[in-house]
Amino acid sequence: MGSRTIAKDIITIRGSAAIVSEFFDNLSIMYNRGVYPEESFVKVKKYGLPMLLTQDEGVKSFIANLTAQLSEWLEAGKLQRIVLVIMSKATSEVLERWNFSIETDKEVVEKGVSREKSDKEIMREIQAIMRQIASSITYLPCLDEPCVFDVLAYTDTDLAVPFTWIESDPKLIANPQMVKLHSFDTKIHKVDTLVSYKNDEWDEE
Amino acid sequence: MDAGGSLSTSNQTQPRNPLHEQPLHSRNSRQNLDRFIPNRSAMDFDFAHYMLMEARKGKENPVLSSPSKEAYRKHLAEALNMNRTRILAFKDKPPTVDLMFPETSSCVNQPKSVKPSRNIPQTSERTLDAPGLVDDYYLNLLDWGSSNVLAIALGHTVYLWDATNASTSEVTTIDDENGPITSVSWAPDGGHIAIGLNNSEVQLWDTTANRQLRTLRGGHRSRVGSLEWNNHILTTGGMDGLIINNDVRIRSHIVDTYRGHHREVCGLKWSASGKQLASGGNDNLLYIWDRSMASSNSPTQWLHKLEGHTAAVKAVAWCPFQGNLLASGGGEGDRCIKFWNTHTGACLNSMDTGSQVSALLWSKLERELLSSHGFTQNQLTLWKYPSMVKMAELTGHTSRVLFMAQSPDGCTVASAAGDERLRFWNVFGNPEASKHAPKIIREPFANFNRIR
Repeated sequence: MGSRTIAKDIITIRGSAAIVSEFFDNLSIMYNRGVYPEESFVKVKKYGLPMLLTQDEGVKSFIANLTAQLSEWLEAGKLQRIVLVIMSKATSEVLERWNFSIETDKEVVEKGVSREKSDKEIMREIQAIMRQIASSITYLPCLDEPCVFDVLAYTDTDLAVPFTWIESDPKLIANPQMVKLHSFDTKIHKVDTLVSYKNDEWDEE
Repeated sequence: MDAGGSLSTSNQTQPRNPLHEQPLHSRNSRQNLDRFIPNRSAMDFDFAHYMLMEARKGKENPVLSSPSKEAYRKHLAEALNMNRTRILAFKDKPPTVDLMFPETSSCVNQPKSVKPSRNIPQTSERTLDAPGLVDDYYLNLLDWGSSNVLAIALGHTVYLWDATNASTSEVTTIDDENGPITSVSWAPDGGHIAIGLNNSEVQLWDTTANRQLRTLRGGHRSRVGSLEWNNHILTTGGMDGLIINNDVRIRSHIVDTYRGHHREVCGLKWSASGKQLASGGNDNLLYIWDRSMASSNSPTQWLHKLEGHTAAVKAVAWCPFQGNLLASGGGEGDRCIKFWNTHTGACLNSMDTGSQVSALLWSKLERELLSSHGFTQNQLTLWKYPSMVKMAELTGHTSRVLFMAQSPDGCTVASAAGDERLRFWNVFGNPEASKHAPKIIREPFANFNRIR
């Protein structure tokens, strides 16, 4: 093993945090669920898939601010969960909740050790999630009204709240349908994906 | 949950039965989880907590919620370690966009609770004779324009049938050496019609003045079997496998050529956004082309090459309520309806219908899909989407159904078949019911893709 280890892919807390925050940067949920108009997205190749990234300056800066904060928390191992909430613009009713639970390897955070996992393998796991998100439109209810989104970060309580953030309620959906998607694991951060959505009463006649 | 860790040790103390099959979970004795719940890590315990605590609290004392009680509850929760997380959100909310929501008007689930069950008439409400209709699966000889006039090509002649007053008129008859007509398509304004010919030319006619405006030639080398408008762009698909975008306003009308198909192009549809074109061919292929990639010089012009079908792909239909969902149907040897995510190119579902699929139409009002078929029943089948439960089978044609067209109000469907009959079906609801749904704003050319 000895000399072989060097050739292997070493992943540190920084690298892992970068992968995870990049994952949130690239989520194409906003495109797939039609929160923003189709024209405001451009296609890029990412994770071996065509991904759609927003070109809207407002949304871009929101996401940039978000991911900057997320990587900080991820490196500190303080982030437990990220929830992307899609709400009706008119009534603020929560229609969908994209729940990304994050488990952090505490040993890595505390002792600063690194783990081994190849980039390729992580990318493959992320790709599987991205594909699932894209195909989720087949079962998710049709969002037939203008929607807004919000991002909730679940953090440890011993954390000082940055002044650009406020505490929020969990914005839960009463009696939701839930679908668990794939997860990915950098060996330091494990991200589980789950989407919950409002029961479509329309189909239950 | 933690009991799972000690499972392997407890196994040793228990007397084990030789030759007895191991319980399934012992293979994965590290975790006490079953195949139905392989992983609990993503379960929404917040929600469970909410259901246990908050919901009950609301039930027990809906009014009484004094600050002290609240503080006590919070303290208790903290003491019980229920509140280990802090939920944060940005103060600045992401920008909201005023979306034009064209689909809002077409989805009728606003009055959610009151939706009377719809009676789907099993017989056609009207039958017209269509003598001389060319029985060729690869042609597209029927179209219903936005001015509520149906166009059908019978042999060498294009006829119009006005659905508002049931009057018939004739546009033109093509010479024997140039015909027969291989495709017709209404421009989005409903006042102009494109006619594809066997001799590779396309004629444009003004139907209000009844005069020919121009002839598009020089693009194709053989018959033009499919036509599709995208604003002022007329897209033509030929037997030579070429797909050409023609700008009908300018003299040199050929603006883009898509090369991919190596057999006849028989199905062409632009997405509602006008950005993506789906094309099906007799080479069993379905291509997705991006308007912005048309002029690029890369060897592959297409966005996706979809190879799922095993026979000619003529039936293609973009979903009106999900912009990147496409339905396609295969011919005789395939008989499948497939659903695609055109964003990723993934096939989402495939359904064997048991018969050749000649056309597909989405309902503008409900999540339903209508397909037309050939041998053995020559029927129209109405499917619920996405469950693909059969809602109705409409029979009446005595030969394979070749073409379908939807009225501008979305309710009536016309089908033309090899039995030289044109039948009208009131399959997508009745016009009275859909009238009190908000009207679609009809800007010139804006919504034409759905007015087909």
